[in-house]
Amino acid sequence: MLEISGITQIFGGVTALDTVSFSIAKGDITGVIGPNGAGKTTLFNIITGIYRQTAGTVQLEGKDVTGFPPERLARLAMVRTFQNIELFGTMTVLENVMVGMHTKSSSGLLACALKMPWSISEERRIREGAMKWLEFTGICDLADHTAGSLPFGKGRLLEIARALAVGPRIILMDEPAAGLNSQETLALSLLIKRIRDLGITIVLVEHDMELVMDICDRIVVLNLGRKLKEGTPREIQESPEVIAAYLGDDD
Amino acid sequence: MQFDQILQYTLSGISTGAIYALIGIGFSIIYNATGIINFAQGEFVMLGGLLTLSCLELLNLPLWAAVPCAVAVSTVVGVLFERLAIRPLRQPTPINLVIITIGGSILIRGLAMLVWGKDTHTIPPFSGDTPIAIGGATILPQHLWILAITLIIIVINKIYFYHTISGKAMRACSYNRRAAGLVGIDVRRMVLFSFIISSAMGAVAGIIVAPLTMTAYDVGVMLGLKGFCAAIIGGMSSGISTVIGGLILGVLESLGAGLISSGYKDAIAFIILLLIMFIRPQGLFGKADSERV
Repeated sequence: MLEISGITQIFGGVTALDTVSFSIAKGDITGVIGPNGAGKTTLFNIITGIYRQTAGTVQLEGKDVTGFPPERLARLAMVRTFQNIELFGTMTVLENVMVGMHTKSSSGLLACALKMPWSISEERRIREGAMKWLEFTGICDLADHTAGSLPFGKGRLLEIARALAVGPRIILMDEPAAGLNSQETLALSLLIKRIRDLGITIVLVEHDMELVMDICDRIVVLNLGRKLKEGTPREIQESPEVIAAYLGDDD
Repeated sequence: MQFDQILQYTLSGISTGAIYALIGIGFSIIYNATGIINFAQGEFVMLGGLLTLSCLELLNLPLWAAVPCAVAVSTVVGVLFERLAIRPLRQPTPINLVIITIGGSILIRGLAMLVWGKDTHTIPPFSGDTPIAIGGATILPQHLWILAITLIIIVINKIYFYHTISGKAMRACSYNRRAAGLVGIDVRRMVLFSFIISSAMGAVAGIIVAPLTMTAYDVGVMLGLKGFCAAIIGGMSSGISTVIGGLILGVLESLGAGLISSGYKDAIAFIILLLIMFIRPQGLFGKADSERV
């Protein structure tokens, strides 16, 4: 599904990522973990086209997408969510999700100008589609609220709903549980599993180990910009290198 | 007598204000999509008027054909401007972009001077110039054209931005450009759209006002600044606040010119602009948070 090979990122003299390679299988939930400063978010920013890496390639479904801007990746069915949720604050919750479906709308400016009624009927179709995603994430009762007025946890759900509305085959989540209370985190883990059940591949960066160990099929551990270990949650939990990286070395 | 006079000034102020509103909305649309103030906006107003003149006199087109023609050509200029001057910038900072729009405005004005000369030109009114009496005041049929066309454009604008997906996508760009890109919106295409809409609106404003005020290669400067002023009063919104901003500006200017002295006509606009900047920089109706990215 997603193939990352030899990603290296150098900021000034600092090597944030050093030849990181791994691949993500279709339909898996993959966790990317590591101590602070391991380069997890940098890696995400490279995969999703926000940074341009110093070296290495990213392949999405066999296609080389290295350096593609985010909007092209979204059209290729790869989307992401942010650690600090990024919403369209003054638009309503429903409108936020509708915008996510923008790529699936055929009406450009000209079409709008020439066949307004048709365009409005398409809007109705998109509105219904967007409602469906709000129901999926459990926030359809907030549809008419302003996105900026939502509490943090709901905002996160909205960001996920909007990402789903793009129609992704793979979704990258940057610390989806950050800032959530334990109840919200539990609901989130169920939601992520339901997203996987839709056939969507999921990659997440996360600090909440309980969540990661619970939902992930595979885990990639980064430390100091290098890949330390890759495997199932059990393998990771039992790996002496990973324990050393997190808790410090005894030697 | 005094009341009739005030009515008269108010009525003509409203129609000038409608023009300012159209130009101001053009400013706001580009500002919201790109974060830049397009100081070339006034030049599209000038192009609208002068191109209509050429279509009428050189090509002998009837008015109903000349107007769309002029709007289309102005829009093409807007597209070229975006493509050639705005898009090629690799690391666009707002200040670079603003200076480029000023340069573009000087260039367009200079070319217009070569093409149309320095004389002022007139365009015939759309439907005669028999005054219509309203109360003790009179207005020209052209004033009604201005009000009607402005109203139609504002309504279309509203429908586009709030009831179509493309319009929502454009609003999304103005709220959070990075997030917009991540959900698959091609932000650069939205920037182009914003230039298309703004240059077309500017051209329309220039055409409908030309029969009243005459037009020349340099009308864009003053009209552009007044439109900018309307947009500032409206807090750079592309909606109703800028329309109200334009109307307030038009009416105050007209009252000031009529009751105090016509010499102060332009000064009034800039006094208002300064006052707004000092007291309520977020616009007359805006909330204090400026969250636009």
